[in-house]
Amino acid sequence: MSPAAVSLAMIFAIVAIGVAIGFLAGVHRKMDLEQWTVGGRGFGVVLVFLLMAGEVYTTFAFLGASGWAYSRGGPTLYVLAYLTLAYVVSFFILPQIWELGRRHGMQTESDFFSVQYRNKYLAGFVCLVGIVSYIPYLQLQLTGVGIIVSIASFDGIGRTPAMAIAVVLLVAFVFASGVRAVAWVSVVKDALMVLAAISIGIGIPLIHFGGIGPMFAALAHSRPSHLTMPGATANLGHRWYVSTVLLTSLGFYMWPHSFAAAFTAKSADTLRRNAVVMPLYTLTLAFIFFAGFAAVLIVPGLPNGDLALLTVVRMSFPPWFLGVIGGAGALTAMVPASIFILSAATLFAKNLYRPVFAPTMTDDQVAKLARATVVVLGVISFCLAVFGSTTLVSLLLTGYAGVTQFFPGVVLGLYWKRVTMPAVFASMIAGVMAAVFLMLSHRDPVFGLSAGFLALCLNFSITVFVTLATPALRMDLIHAQQDTK
Amino acid sequence: MKKPSAGALLLGLVPFAAMCFSVPLWDRIYPMLFGIPFNLFWLISWIVLTTICMWAAYRVETAQKKKARETR
Repeated sequence: MSPAAVSLAMIFAIVAIGVAIGFLAGVHRKMDLEQWTVGGRGFGVVLVFLLMAGEVYTTFAFLGASGWAYSRGGPTLYVLAYLTLAYVVSFFILPQIWELGRRHGMQTESDFFSVQYRNKYLAGFVCLVGIVSYIPYLQLQLTGVGIIVSIASFDGIGRTPAMAIAVVLLVAFVFASGVRAVAWVSVVKDALMVLAAISIGIGIPLIHFGGIGPMFAALAHSRPSHLTMPGATANLGHRWYVSTVLLTSLGFYMWPHSFAAAFTAKSADTLRRNAVVMPLYTLTLAFIFFAGFAAVLIVPGLPNGDLALLTVVRMSFPPWFLGVIGGAGALTAMVPASIFILSAATLFAKNLYRPVFAPTMTDDQVAKLARATVVVLGVISFCLAVFGSTTLVSLLLTGYAGVTQFFPGVVLGLYWKRVTMPAVFASMIAGVMAAVFLMLSHRDPVFGLSAGFLALCLNFSITVFVTLATPALRMDLIHAQQDTK
Repeated sequence: MKKPSAGALLLGLVPFAAMCFSVPLWDRIYPMLFGIPFNLFWLISWIVLTTICMWAAYRVETAQKKKARETR
């Protein structure tokens, strides 16, 4: 067998095992809306943890972070900081969100806004921004699968056919099994991922330099500026680092799927304990960085940094091992992608379309609409992945610029009784428009700051300003009044 | 709804100060520790130290909850 056949066979075997586990998890259960989207609310602590952890390691961590370590250098360190600090933020907001969720029977982030601010258009707007922000995140995962398959096939299979296969598998997978399958497949995915990260993070520097220390010594000698900020970039310095870490760590739990995962927990205390342990999960990423930095000296001059990790793996290991890494990477793309596509489709059908346009729809019709939306979203992100050419990290940051605009509404809604609906609605629109304008006109970063962060600051100050300028509505009294009715 | 205590909030600010705001102080290659550039080593250490901070914050929160229950 040719090396390409060996590595591809390995990848397909791993993906097939993953998908089979997913299908088995879905068999023997009647798939109504509730079962399909929230697993019938029957998840214990372990499954919740697996679901949350399964969302952390996406192709972004695998190929994107190493790709930036290769092409940008120092600025990529922001990833280690933001993932850790996101859990710190979660300690102070998720237990409170969970508390409210239990009291009002919330299922989604949009429910939070509709209960807290009593306005279906604000809740609908939250859905819309959430769904649009998922598209670059999905595009990122599909691009990742394309890269993995084309490198593993020794460039025999093009990236476009590879992505087409991925999108078909993804949609079939989500159709057949819903959220329960995703939680189970992430067990396989995370075990493989940790194994892959540690073996390449230690193995690659060892094979080419005799260890991690000598590798960094060689890099510090030949490319010293690559290891600190702004690294190989002109404008990603310390100001960019601080603003991007704030944007992404505050925004992490604003992704609708992460926000909603809080509702599945057994108690508020579970979420606090989760926040204590989860930072350690970030340690695996350090190994991926080792491999990415090693690639700078081993395979200089690649056209796209996102190719770096697998190109080095292909040079350093036998084809079957390239297949194992590729298979781990492919699952790492597909598992989170199914979560995203499922969350986005449910938000669209249940929280946007039904309340705003068709209040008389039955649950069955909503489920059908959600499935149709899965296909539409799959096709849109496939087209974007085929024609787009940005790096994986830039795609993720685009999504974050969108979802982080929910943060003021969530945090002030929890902790500031005076905050009013018009203030939150107006500032969120302003924040989203500022982010869209800065991103589309290629002004990211602006003044050395992340564009999404600037939009967030604008959003925050408008919320505070409008709230103080309008008469006190006392949302808490309105809630109390409506609750007693 | 219960707000987080000031003690827990302060403990939560420590990782932000160490991993985010103080970046100009630690973003350098030397001294390399265990063969790893200083900035990378700093962040890896703070992943572990953050868990310790949050564990302390968790203790503060549960202690306060207990106290609140006793005084009631």
